Amino acid sequence: MAVKVLIPTPLQKFTNDQAEIQCEGATITELIESLEAACPGIKARLCDDSGKLRRFLNVYVDSEDIRFLDNMDTKLGDDAEVSIVPAVAGG
Amino acid sequence: MTQALEAPIAVPAQSFIPKLGQAGGHFSHLGCKECGAQYEAKAIHVCEECFGPLEVKYDYDSLKQTVTRESIQAGPNSIWRYRDFLPVTSKDPIDVGTGMTPLLKTGRLARRLGLKELYIKNDAVNMPTLSFKDRVVSVALTRAKELGFDTVSCASTGNLANSTAALAAHANLDCCVFIPSDLEAGKVLGTLIYGPTVMSVKGNYDQVNRLCSEVANTHGWGFVNINLRPYYSEGSKTLGYEVAEQLGWKLPDHIVAPLASGSLFTKIYKGFQEFIKTGLVEAKDVRCSGAQALGCSPIYEAFKEGRDFIKPVKPKTIAKSIAIGNPADGIYAVEQARNTNGHIEAVTDEEIIEGMKLLAETEGIFTETAGGTTIAVLKKLAEQGKINPDETTVAYITGNGLKTQEAVQSRAGEPLTIDPKLDSFERAWERAQTLERLEWQQASV
Repeated sequence: MAVKVLIPTPLQKFTNDQAEIQCEGATITELIESLEAACPGIKARLCDDSGKLRRFLNVYVDSEDIRFLDNMDTKLGDDAEVSIVPAVAGG
Repeated sequence: MTQALEAPIAVPAQSFIPKLGQAGGHFSHLGCKECGAQYEAKAIHVCEECFGPLEVKYDYDSLKQTVTRESIQAGPNSIWRYRDFLPVTSKDPIDVGTGMTPLLKTGRLARRLGLKELYIKNDAVNMPTLSFKDRVVSVALTRAKELGFDTVSCASTGNLANSTAALAAHANLDCCVFIPSDLEAGKVLGTLIYGPTVMSVKGNYDQVNRLCSEVANTHGWGFVNINLRPYYSEGSKTLGYEVAEQLGWKLPDHIVAPLASGSLFTKIYKGFQEFIKTGLVEAKDVRCSGAQALGCSPIYEAFKEGRDFIKPVKPKTIAKSIAIGNPADGIYAVEQARNTNGHIEAVTDEEIIEGMKLLAETEGIFTETAGGTTIAVLKKLAEQGKINPDETTVAYITGNGLKTQEAVQSRAGEPLTIDPKLDSFERAWERAQTLERLEWQQASV
């Protein structure tokens, strides 16, 4: 299932400077594996040694933070849009 | 709008060795708060290794040799008297008189709360847009110009949009700001008047922030709270410096400040620590307590539950300027409160309104909802015995009540409408003395 992934600037060196790529995956966990296969090295930046998402990283599925959904088990529908966003200061 | 003249480039940590003066001034580079990786002082805000926030690094030995109390006092009557402690190289920063706001020693409020030495740091009258954001934006836009940006932007809960738009106008920068669509009218008008492009986003602040991060990936703009964040956030240190200077080059015993992203809270403390490091004040343990609205209190919840991580929440409070459900510096704020023997408390919207009224009725300061939150938490901590009455305590008021009139519109009473005749006044005055104010509002004169 095709998923659009929005890549933040600090990770674009893994995606040939592309801000947006297409990937596969039924959940966030699967998507990260798929991303790693397409862009080797990116998983180590997204996840810590225990495989958890790094704490200063936010992941959204169709504009919703996955921490309000099922975290890494969040399901990705057809044409889902996943956005990876580093934490930013407020406002 | 064109892209920045100089594209932001991160220098990989492994190959970058900072040198004093490399960036100009007394700052040298950016460092990751989490893993310590070092980067050139460009328009970047997160570590490429671990996504930790980047922070400006200074040479304190050099600062100690250069800066004295006298050299600061000889500077301008604005935040730029502390220019050596700020991450800019320009000799001509954006200075519209921002900062050096009053530090008011309270009388009636202190007595009401049973405290002996209570001060209000009053950024409700900070210039030019009546909130502390003018401090951070002055620094961010000065740095934006140094880095070659000609368009600046931000995600804002209101005050930041006001300030970015106003100072961009002054500095001749193009400006596009993003705000949630449910902001108070005063904050929307107080942005539009300066002529920026304003994007009113159908969503809450956290959604606006996410969108802006995505825009920042594809547009070469200087987002003050995203890719300029390391410089922007340093402006809040001036709230620490000023209090120390205004107390006669002494640090307070205890501070109470609002918590939104947590950045302000941590930077005030950083300001105190820098003054100690450079010998401008004597070392002292300052207790730091933070204030949140219960309707958006992820930092308070983490503090209360002893957690070392923040669980994001969906904000639902009248205190919109501090309604950040996913606070980036939240965990640092929790650590700071714990490490300094401070507290983090949260109050209801009703208590926030009462806090606004209490400050107005006792000290003549009309603050916005964030200030009402701070005063309500101050009151709560005082009642709980968590502030020693003998402590020199400073409460930070960070915004102006005229911007959030909706919050208290139905709670401040109504004027007494009378005919232009003496007897009409006399009758009204007599009744005003005898009727409860609420009853009076319903009666016709």
